[in-house]
Amino acid sequence: MSEMSSHGIDISALGRDKRNLNLESESVAIQVNHLNLFYGHKQALFDVCMPISRQRVTAFIGPSGCGKSTLLRCFNRMNDLVDGCRIEGEINLDGHNIYRKGEDVTDLRRRVGMVFQKPNPFPKSIYENVIYGLRIQGIKQKRVLDETVEWALKGAALWDEVKDRLHESALGLSGGQQQRLVIARTIAVQPEVLLLDEPSSALDPISSLKVEELIYELKSKYTIVIVTHNMQQAARVSDYTAFMYMGKLIEYGDTDTLFTNPAKKQTEDYITGRYG
Amino acid sequence: MNKDSHTQHISQQFNTELEEVRSHLLAMGGLVEKQVNDAVNALIQADSGLAEQVRDIDDQINLMERNIDEECVRILARRQPAASDLRLIISISKSVIDLERIGDEATKIAKRAILLSEEGEAPRGYVEVRHIGEQVRKMVQEALDSFARFDAELALSVVQYDKNVDREYKTALRELATYMMEDPRSISRVLNVIWALRSLERIGDHARNIAQLVIYLIRGTDVRHMKMEEKRKEVEGILQDKA
Repeated sequence: MSEMSSHGIDISALGRDKRNLNLESESVAIQVNHLNLFYGHKQALFDVCMPISRQRVTAFIGPSGCGKSTLLRCFNRMNDLVDGCRIEGEINLDGHNIYRKGEDVTDLRRRVGMVFQKPNPFPKSIYENVIYGLRIQGIKQKRVLDETVEWALKGAALWDEVKDRLHESALGLSGGQQQRLVIARTIAVQPEVLLLDEPSSALDPISSLKVEELIYELKSKYTIVIVTHNMQQAARVSDYTAFMYMGKLIEYGDTDTLFTNPAKKQTEDYITGRYG
Repeated sequence: MNKDSHTQHISQQFNTELEEVRSHLLAMGGLVEKQVNDAVNALIQADSGLAEQVRDIDDQINLMERNIDEECVRILARRQPAASDLRLIISISKSVIDLERIGDEATKIAKRAILLSEEGEAPRGYVEVRHIGEQVRKMVQEALDSFARFDAELALSVVQYDKNVDREYKTALRELATYMMEDPRSISRVLNVIWALRSLERIGDHARNIAQLVIYLIRGTDVRHMKMEEKRKEVEGILQDKA
């Protein structure tokens, strides 16, 4: 309820920068339960439990080797590809454990798209890059493909820059454009979740900002999880932030609180540059 | 957090910058505290020389305010401080405003001291000026101490003490009003005393503001406009955290 003053001004909205987010009142897209992960004998994740909120941006921060990328890769079972990797616990996507027997991993990876640190466009045209996933699904109607290219590129804020050269090679694009093309390719198959593993660490600051702006726009449709080394970036783009250290989830909460008044000393030391 | 926590950054340069801006604030605070003391003494002892000195030093305080603000802006722009570092910078940049205002109030008292010294004969109200003056000087001192030592309990006691000052200010006003009614010839002199008391009361408010910023710095909670009980709970929360 908002309080109205006698002048009809919504008092409760005045000066309220705080977004007043609360994990407990969010709709849960992914629920991680007691996740332990081992590479051979080495344990990389220790009993991680966390909800990921739907249509919000969740950032994972932490020093190198803390397990944040490992955790991110669990969300679309990319760790299956690593030899000797063993997982205990469960990850529920919309209520279904993605590690249950008989899970269709290909379909899972369509529903949970991923973008990596270095842009990895295929050596094909811009157009073919975007519809790559649709071609694999066997979609042939030109009208569907054309429409997909347009909305996906618009969604990735790249359309205006490339609409006149859709059939030129994607490798001729700049790094920032390539990264947005990869994001367009990822959203073209209409995933539910977008995983971003340091999506802008190989980009210049302006391209980075464009990707951040894009993340902000995409969260109205997708659940986004981002791993970043850049704490200011996490502070800028995310609604919730998780701080990990040595394979454990140390602190998880709304980004405003975590960056102004963290509860744990380890978090405080890391975000203020005292960790070392 | 403790008072040395801002000396533990990986970046030594950042440590130095935070340490410097903090010590500049405390230096400014020390000077402001002396100004309050001198202004009150100048008034009570009808020492117009001391009062002039207080007015001269005010420029120096204004300059310190600008320099400290510049330092804060530089640190915000270059370091993007977070968590306790961010709260430290925000508290400092807000505290300088209160310190500068305290300096202004001290100057106003000095101006009244000069007017009163010209009129000769000590009027009524000097006991109150001395008493309330001593109280607010102590508030300023303790607010700065709580900043220097990261002492939330001391800060809370300053906030609490402001209520006493407000009460005594009101009592003094009532008393001086009766003097004026009894002896209308004293009105202009007593008014000067009232203005000085008013400045002292404002100084107490500014000291309270600084103390509230100290609680924010340590606890991360904005305790302004909270009831005293809630403020106490916040501060007691700190003690529980430490335990």
